[in-house]
Order: sequence, then C-alpha cells, then structure tokens
Amino acid sequence: MQGMMTVFWKELADDFTSKRFVILFLVVLLAVGFAIFISVQAIDALKEAVTTGTHFVFLMLFVPPIDLPFFMRFIFFIAFLVPLIGIALGFDAINGEKSSGTLSRLLAQPIYRDSVINGKFLAGVVTIAIMLTSIVLLVSGIGLNIIGVAPTAEEVLRLMAFIAIGTVYGAFWLGLAMLFSIFFQRVATSALASIGVWIFFFFYVLMFAGIIASFVAPVGETQLSQLQNAEVQIMLMRLSPIQLFEESATFVLGPEAITKMQYLQLQAQAASKFFTPAPLSFGQSLMIVWPHLVSLVALTVICFAISYAKFMREEIRST
Amino acid sequence: MSKEPVIEAIELTKTYNGLKAVDKLNLRIEEGEIFGFLGPNGSGKTTSILMMLGLTEPTSGTARVCGYNSTREPLKVKNLAGYIPENVGFYDDLTTGYNLAYMARLSDIPEGVIKQRIEEVLDTVGLKGMAYRKVGEFSRGMRQRLAIADVLMRMPKVAFLDEPTAGIDPRGIRQTLDLIARIAKENKMTIIMSSHQLAQVQRICTHVGIMQKGKMVVQGLISQLGREFLGGGRFKIEVRLAGVAAAILEAIKQVKGVVKVDRPEENLLVISSRDDVRSQIAKVIVDNNGLLEQMNVVSYALEDIYMKYSVED
Repeated sequence: MQGMMTVFWKELADDFTSKRFVILFLVVLLAVGFAIFISVQAIDALKEAVTTGTHFVFLMLFVPPIDLPFFMRFIFFIAFLVPLIGIALGFDAINGEKSSGTLSRLLAQPIYRDSVINGKFLAGVVTIAIMLTSIVLLVSGIGLNIIGVAPTAEEVLRLMAFIAIGTVYGAFWLGLAMLFSIFFQRVATSALASIGVWIFFFFYVLMFAGIIASFVAPVGETQLSQLQNAEVQIMLMRLSPIQLFEESATFVLGPEAITKMQYLQLQAQAASKFFTPAPLSFGQSLMIVWPHLVSLVALTVICFAISYAKFMREEIRST
Repeated sequence: MSKEPVIEAIELTKTYNGLKAVDKLNLRIEEGEIFGFLGPNGSGKTTSILMMLGLTEPTSGTARVCGYNSTREPLKVKNLAGYIPENVGFYDDLTTGYNLAYMARLSDIPEGVIKQRIEEVLDTVGLKGMAYRKVGEFSRGMRQRLAIADVLMRMPKVAFLDEPTAGIDPRGIRQTLDLIARIAKENKMTIIMSSHQLAQVQRICTHVGIMQKGKMVVQGLISQLGREFLGGGRFKIEVRLAGVAAAILEAIKQVKGVVKVDRPEENLLVISSRDDVRSQIAKVIVDNNGLLEQMNVVSYALEDIYMKYSVED
C-alpha cells in the first residue's frame, strides 16, 4: 500500500509537470472553447428556453437544443478527446521505464510488483478526472456568464455523473494504453497500437455495424424491419466503448434534448421507445445508463486484468 | 562452514527456450567479500544476479541472500540488497534529490531521514551540492556514482553491481572502483560486481568467479587463482640485460621464490616467482657483472587466467 501510494504521488506529479500535460491542457482548453462556441451559436434557442422555463436550461450549454452535425456536438468532442488523454497518459507507462532503465531499479525496491501498475493507473485516472472536471467547470463558469441561469441541484448531479462516466471511459483507454505498453517493448509501437484501436472503434465499428446489420436484418418495406435493422446496428455499435460513452453521456446530460438532436437518426428511432416527451428523472436516466456504465467498467477491468497478469509474470531479463 | 554465507546459490539453473543461460551455479559469498563476477557477454552473469535478487525465477535450484530464499521471500531479499542494473537509468526530468527520495520512499525510509541522507550520500559519492540538478544533465560517470548513492541511501548489507564501470572513462572507472572499495570496507558491505574490466576487478576484488556459457569455471581468491591455475608463481618479472651470461641465468634460478626462467629473446629474461624478488634479482645480476637495462614486474594478470578459461570453447 505504501509502495503504491508513493508510485501514485510520483506519477501524479509527473503527469502534471510534464510537457505532455501542457499539450493536453491546450486540448482541454480547445474543448472548452468549442463548447462555448456552440453555446453562442445556439444563444437564441437558449434564450427561448430560459424565457419559457424549460427544464435543464443549464445543461443546454453542453447539449444545445439545436440541430447540429454529429461532429459539432460537445459529447462527441469529449468522446473523441478523452481517448487521446488516456492514451497520452498511458502509452509509455511500462516500456518507457524499461527503455530508460528505471524499471529494474524500481522493481529491485522492496515493494510488491503490482504497486507499480496500480499506482500508475490510479494516477492516470485521477488526472483524467481532474481534466474532465476542469472542462465542465470552465464551461459552466463561462456559460453562467452568458445565460445568467444557475444550475439546479439535479443539473449539478447530472454533470457529476457525466464526469464520472467520462472518467470511466478515460480509464478504459488508459488501461488499454498501459496494456500495450506492457506487451510491446518499444514506446512507438505501443503508442501506434493504442491509436490504431482508437481509430478502429471510431470509424470502423460504425461502418461494419451498418454492413452487418443490413445482412442480418435487411431493411424492407415495413417499419418493423427498419426498427430491427436499427436495433442490430446499435447492438453492434455498443461493442465500442465510444458508443457506450456517447449514449450514456447523452442520456445523462440531455434528458429532453435527445429527441431533438437527431443523434444518428437510427439511434433516435431505436431509443425512442425509452423516451417520452417529458424529461426523465435523474434516477431513471441512471437506470438507462447503468448497463452502459457496467460494460465500460468491465472493459476497463479486462484491460487492466490482462496487464496485471502479464506484468506480474513478466521476467526482468538481461538484454 | 564457519558462518552463514551472505549469498548462496545452490544448483541455480535458468533455461530460456531450452537454452541454458545459467547451468547449475554454485556460489558462496561471505560477509565483507568483494566478489568479481567475470565472463564474456551472454555467459549468464546478469541472469545469475537477477535470480539472486529475486527479479527472475530460477528454473531450478535455490538462491539465498542472508538466509532468505530469493524466490519465495523476494521482498525480504530486496530489503537487504541494493542493486545497480547494467545501463542504470534515472528519471532524467527530475532532480537528483527527487530521484533518490523516490527510491528511498519505496523502501519505506522515513521522510525525515531521507532529506538528511541525500546530502550525506551525495557527499560520499562526490556529487555534493547537486541535489537540485536534473539528472539529464549528468555525464555517464556521474550517473554511475549517483547509482551508488542510490544504493547507499538504504545502506543494504549486500550490493549487486552489474557492470558498474561500463562506458565510463579511465579516470571515472578509477574513481568509481575506489568508491566501491571504500564503501564496502567502511560499511562491511558484501559486494557482487560483474565486469569486463579485468585489471580493475583485480584491483578491488577479494574473490573472483569466471563464468563461461552459464557455468562457473573458476572461483576463488584472486591470490590463489594465479598459483593454482597457472602452475607458476604469481609474479612475472621481465629483465632486459645488455648481454646475458650463463652464470647470470643460473644465479637467478637459485634465487629463493623463483619458479621458472624463460628467455624469449636474446637479451630478455622472463622470470616467474612467488614473491616480488626484484631486489634480489638486481643484486644477483650486479654481483655477476651483468648490465641491467630494464626491469619490470608484471603481477600475474587476471587477464591470463580469464583468457585461459574463456578460450576453452
């Protein structure tokens, strides 16, 4: 435990003082600027929402009630960005120490071997959580200035849930990057492998889901066949952690905006059976999100467990 | 079996993909010894060290450090042993002090002690006042000394040094070795050191072992090795004369301690002896009216022993 906390504090300090962090922080600022930009675009819709007294006006800063192409949505941007942070924090966790010659010295200290990866993983997760929190706080602060409406207690809860989901999502990518950093000897290889998986989930899963779905449940004349096709497609897409995050973040942040967002038309169709025109309560939103969250945690645990098993059994060799 | 050995290896074996990296290594090192671990690249030195430290699991056999089994109680062994790996590395972006403090915290040294200890050990290794410098700025020799400082933070009973002199300049090698010898003496630390620098090993080590293809081929006190394995004296004295008379040759052979006299060149004599008998030889030559031009003593280099054993392929 002592060993793990020592590694944790050292890694956390590293994460926050490295040049890498400066770059990531710039990316964070980019995300904030992006969200604010979109809010300003949607300022009329926001004003209207304020005057009509709609629920969750504050959340609309994050999910504006206007039609936007998918790549201009805040949640998509976060879904895209968080993997980058996770990978950047983890891709050289173990092989970086190996190539700098510090790993063998580290393991020669009287600590359990798992302290090293546990401490590193924990430090990465905390860094991701801090980054997400600062994104949310910055957008909230600036947004508060723009719309002048304070968040309600439920909105604060929802934002916290969003940070939590984002952190789990980031933890998955961190775990994956660390996994590759254990399996590959070279830092460049592990970085490329992580980025490869990222790209695969981002583009290919969506593509393949469409193709496979049209084989399994071809779209016919009937509405039923369209719905079946959509369901198959979404089921396949949910294999991707990106999809899991996007859906759950959308459910948490946009309890009423979701139908308006035309978030992948198909998905809206399939999801419409969940939604009634009235916004869902926080508890019900969580209920919907729960399986997604469990899947994300499971994926993270799988990555970490494989890393753990491999690292514990790995031999320090003379090379 | 006078006392418990500090390091003990019994039939230690390591197989990588059917290839024996270390083959039934038996080793016994007692307190205060400086053991020079020699052998060509890939002869299994590092693997042996890693097994003794508990960083690598042996295929069979056991290694013990201060009575603790390295495989079953690695934490206890690591508590007692310091280790400097080959190509030692530090966190280059961090300061010297932080590097030392980090490893010290991992070994559970109280925070209050660490700060004071850092000053002490940096002073010992000749890096005084460098605590706030980044390690990235250091030369290879300084890094090596920093590695020794790192080991000293914990004052282990045993230190495993893997190639501590690799890649540093002659002056640096001398400084490093003197430092190791001094520390070992002052702290009664047992040291295992692997190296290619034979002359250097000879200077500070009390015992040596030569490994060859995973097997320990020779092992013992340096002073004994020369006698036992070269069938001659430990000293080799080269004498150059202006003309060698038969009388001189005979007279030299009579000097006490002389084992053998060779005459590889007309005016050159190579004398093997058990002791340093230069003054006696000089006297004999002068007494026999010989003209002494030059005389060198070459103590039997470990290199000779090393070569003898590493040729046997």
